[in-house]
Amino acid sequence: MLNSGLGELQAALAARKISSVELTRLFLERIGKLDGALNAFITVDEETSLAQARAADAVRAKGAGGPLTGIPVAHKDIFCTRALRTTCGSRMLEHYASPYDAHVIEQFGRAGAVLLGKTNMDEFAMGSSSETSYFGPVRNPWNKKLVPGGSSGGSAAAVAARMAPAATGTDTGGSIRQPAALTGVCGLKPTYGLVSRYGMVAFASSLDQGGPLGKSAADLALLLNVMAGHDARDSTSVDRPKEDYTRELNTPLRSLRIGLPAEYFGEGVEPGVLKCVREAIACFESQGARTLPVELPNTGLAVPVYYVLAPAEASSNLSRFDGVRYGHRAAQYEDLNDMYCRTRGEGFGAEVQRRILVGTYVLSHGYYDAYYLKAQRVRRLIARDFAQAFKLCDVIMGPTSPTTAFPLGAKTDDPVQMYLSDIFTIPAPLAGLPGLSIPCGFDAQGLPVGLQIVGDHFSEAKMLGVAHQYQRDTDWHLRAPTETPL
Amino acid sequence: MSLSHDQIRRLAQLARIAVRDEDAETVRERLNRVLGLIDQLQAVDTSGIEPMSHALDIVQPLREDAVTVSAQRERFQAAAPAVAEGLYLVPKVIE
Repeated sequence: MLNSGLGELQAALAARKISSVELTRLFLERIGKLDGALNAFITVDEETSLAQARAADAVRAKGAGGPLTGIPVAHKDIFCTRALRTTCGSRMLEHYASPYDAHVIEQFGRAGAVLLGKTNMDEFAMGSSSETSYFGPVRNPWNKKLVPGGSSGGSAAAVAARMAPAATGTDTGGSIRQPAALTGVCGLKPTYGLVSRYGMVAFASSLDQGGPLGKSAADLALLLNVMAGHDARDSTSVDRPKEDYTRELNTPLRSLRIGLPAEYFGEGVEPGVLKCVREAIACFESQGARTLPVELPNTGLAVPVYYVLAPAEASSNLSRFDGVRYGHRAAQYEDLNDMYCRTRGEGFGAEVQRRILVGTYVLSHGYYDAYYLKAQRVRRLIARDFAQAFKLCDVIMGPTSPTTAFPLGAKTDDPVQMYLSDIFTIPAPLAGLPGLSIPCGFDAQGLPVGLQIVGDHFSEAKMLGVAHQYQRDTDWHLRAPTETPL
Repeated sequence: MSLSHDQIRRLAQLARIAVRDEDAETVRERLNRVLGLIDQLQAVDTSGIEPMSHALDIVQPLREDAVTVSAQRERFQAAAPAVAEGLYLVPKVIE
């Protein structure tokens, strides 16, 4: 059961081979056994999970229920939940009890899924290694001395170690795809606007997007069916007809055009990563797909653009944490201004403070045009490159991350080195495009490598179909870490 | 562009973040590395390129001007650090 796909779990539940209570207990026990060492979860509450499992069993007993009824799902602790506290990995929200559920949480609730717990993450989703969490770093199930990537590192590690059948994450510059790659699982950042941001703690609102992490492309399709949908409470939620994201899973790859940007295969990419990605592309070719070169000449500017725009939006979004309406308030202060300063000095960690300061700087008088507007103009150049490329090809492929998982502490002293680990994942969200990472092999150290598939706007069904065809021919996605045996 | 200690102090004040004296040099050094990164943008020719503020260039939807939510003050104030009689409490600002 631990290594089963969502389709198999659904069949087992429907056939009464297992109850949701039994299935939920199985995963709760595994969390109890493994998570002391991995720290993938911030909050787990057995009673909450089992109560939801009993409710799902009652629905199944009536012969009702959908694909996810009774299946436990872990949620990144950035999604507001009434049932469990929502910390966003921060001291600022250590004890925050949300008065409402995020849209994504409501959708999973309506589908009958069981809330398995809230997963650890970089504080306010700012990080690429899940080390900036106030609740301590997450460890990679493939090697506990290494990071799992971030910011959705807890969700990725939970799926990789088979502590959860599936999980949710959020991606602003790579926070679903990069940890998926570094832990050997699948992760999808949908087109901007497809998944409602209501109740998702805001980081950079023009980029933030929720999405699923799971063991296979077929599982991601089932999860996206639940997560996607218009929600008037998010003004950027797109109002378009509901889709079935499983509909193209069995579409053959004949006539698929794969664009290969030279910029994604150059210097700085580890040889072990390049080898696996090239072998994966050869596999697509053997299935009848055709490759062609495409140009994304502004790729190298994506990281600087992102580190103007994302901190600018963050500095504005995080101004709400003032110690007045919710969250941490400093114990001692002299006056109102001092209360704000101490509350935020104590409540935010170093990386969050740094991004707020950078954002404050680029938005301040005299620098707004030189940094903020300049970055928005270069953002358009990057988006145009993609638009040109998608005139020639159906999907773009390359490595998700230039490296496999790196040691804890390796990049914490140099923010720029940490930022550059997202060099291939940052461009897609700047253009609002969907991006998918799937496992495509292992390097010489036995660490998982991720293949990134970027598609045109709203082409998730096609991208998942492409990934599923690959996963019918390969078994990388079924490999579980030997450090956390089944 | 490299910021001095005074400039960082001013920035921290604008952002309402108390930076401890013992952290000031680390904050300055790492912040300047990030500014070095973003300074790369200055070399790009963007003449005639419109700023892009939204990923899909869509317009803001408008809804009917109708009441859609009810007042739930007690529920929302349950998360606040200090409230009394329905009000949020802050240190005295007017003598």
